[in-house]
Amino acid sequence: MNRTSRTSVSTLLFLLALAFLSPIYLMLVNSFKDRAELYRNALALPSSFSFQYYAKAMDKMNFMTAFGNSLFITIVSVVFVVVLASMTAWMLVRTDNRLSRIIFLVFVSTMLIPFQTLMMPLMQVMDWIRVNLHIPMLNTRGGLIYMNIGFHASMAVFLFHGFIKSVPVALEEAATLDGCTKFGVFWRIVFPMLKTITITVAILDVIAMWNDYLLPSLTLSDKGLRTIPLSTFYFFGEFTIQWNLAMAGLTLTIIPVVIFYMFAQKYIIKGIAAGAVK
Amino acid sequence: MSKSNKGWFALFTVPLLLVFTTVVIIPFIIGIGYSFVSWDGIPANPKVFVGFDNYATLFRDDRFLTSAWHTIEFTVLALILVNVLGLAFSLLVTMKLRVSNAARTMFFMPNLIGGLILGYIWQFIFTDVFKYLGDKTGFDSVFFNWLIHPHFALYAMVIVFTWQMAGYTMIIYIAGIQGIPDELGEAARVDGANLWQRLTRIVFPLLMPSFTICLFLTLSGAFKIFDVNLSLTKGGPNNATELFAMNIFNEIFGYGHYGLGQAKAIIFFVLVAAVTLTQVIITKKKEVQY
Repeated sequence: MNRTSRTSVSTLLFLLALAFLSPIYLMLVNSFKDRAELYRNALALPSSFSFQYYAKAMDKMNFMTAFGNSLFITIVSVVFVVVLASMTAWMLVRTDNRLSRIIFLVFVSTMLIPFQTLMMPLMQVMDWIRVNLHIPMLNTRGGLIYMNIGFHASMAVFLFHGFIKSVPVALEEAATLDGCTKFGVFWRIVFPMLKTITITVAILDVIAMWNDYLLPSLTLSDKGLRTIPLSTFYFFGEFTIQWNLAMAGLTLTIIPVVIFYMFAQKYIIKGIAAGAVK
Repeated sequence: MSKSNKGWFALFTVPLLLVFTTVVIIPFIIGIGYSFVSWDGIPANPKVFVGFDNYATLFRDDRFLTSAWHTIEFTVLALILVNVLGLAFSLLVTMKLRVSNAARTMFFMPNLIGGLILGYIWQFIFTDVFKYLGDKTGFDSVFFNWLIHPHFALYAMVIVFTWQMAGYTMIIYIAGIQGIPDELGEAARVDGANLWQRLTRIVFPLLMPSFTICLFLTLSGAFKIFDVNLSLTKGGPNNATELFAMNIFNEIFGYGHYGLGQAKAIIFFVLVAAVTLTQVIITKKKEVQY
């Protein structure tokens, strides 16, 4: 391709990408308009920039509480998934016997079960635990974190397992000879070597857990425990008619995602590509 | 295994296995059991064993069969659109243009926004922006409120799902394209192959592993869709867009038919597993080595 045609193809590609993001533009511009202006011209830039609908949406959605809940639940769940799944996967790879193979097979095959198949019996099990063992699993952040770990265990074990198989054992054996315990070998030698796949698992799980609606909607009923998708759902139940207010609310929910994307972009794209190689 | 090794094995694996068993394995097993009883979900009320009655009932349930048909229609359309668009994007951004990275970042962006929120954004577009465009341009056979029309509401879901997933498959196709050695394309170019020949004879066959993954991800994602369904159409108009996952949810938690809903959920699992495994086996066979 010569230089002029490269420039024109570049321009076309950029315009295509901009057009692809036009829904975001529509959301943004209409979050600043009053209702009359929104219906007069939904496509135009707003005549004035006032953040009054943001303030109102923030208040109605209880945004800061929801943001805090989402952040806490996502971070704690992801840390647990990474720690527990990497330990499990390492033991399964390094202990080559029938039990390990069966456990791994169970993890992998359950990846095919859709959430809808488990949701009702899961609620029954969690209720049973609450009644009989007096551990509050429903309507608590801890309970949701526990279920998040369970649902993301398979995928994480699968990814760690595949990665660890390609890590040579020599270093681990040397450390063992030097008197390191298994615990020490794992945390000092192995875990630092798993950085690439750890980032992949963390990123895939952050996206999935942050955006999850169904599981939190089944487990959390207190207003004060709502995550961002939950508070968005309830907000829309009450304010659908006022689209300008709704658009401000949606923009608010997207801001944290955009900030995360800006900082972690490189890792996100690498992580998705690495996670897909099966 | 020595005793101490067994101890270490347990220490490393039991915590996750405990969580996994209580969250996935036990619910799955008792879920099979629930599909053979009639129960309204109220703990004080009896669970009556009805054998295969729930399974017989669901095959006569018109609403369930309609939702099955719509799910298939949605999945086929979404599968084609997501992968055609994802593949096209990946070919465009691997042309080594100055805007490639920016375009890649922008195409992937919607995937980070949750399905529920995507649905709400598009609800506004399909109801109000489309109506506005129709009034202004006069093309009101294209630009009208899609969400009140049974067929167009389903197409609207396809568009939103495609908007969400195309960037994701693009990333996987990019990884596949970058794994193809440049020499192969160069050699073909020297031999006089045009762009289309190079794509169909060299790039696509070597991309089969990416096709396997992308088709699997879109297929299972489309089959299980719930969030977008809920926020975009709520299953309407007149249940025309109530897909599988939502039908099961409504049967259990909406109507309180816990046994029947669970039987549907088990059938749903069997279908998802059968369809996705068949697809993986078929596309795996077409993978080639160079």
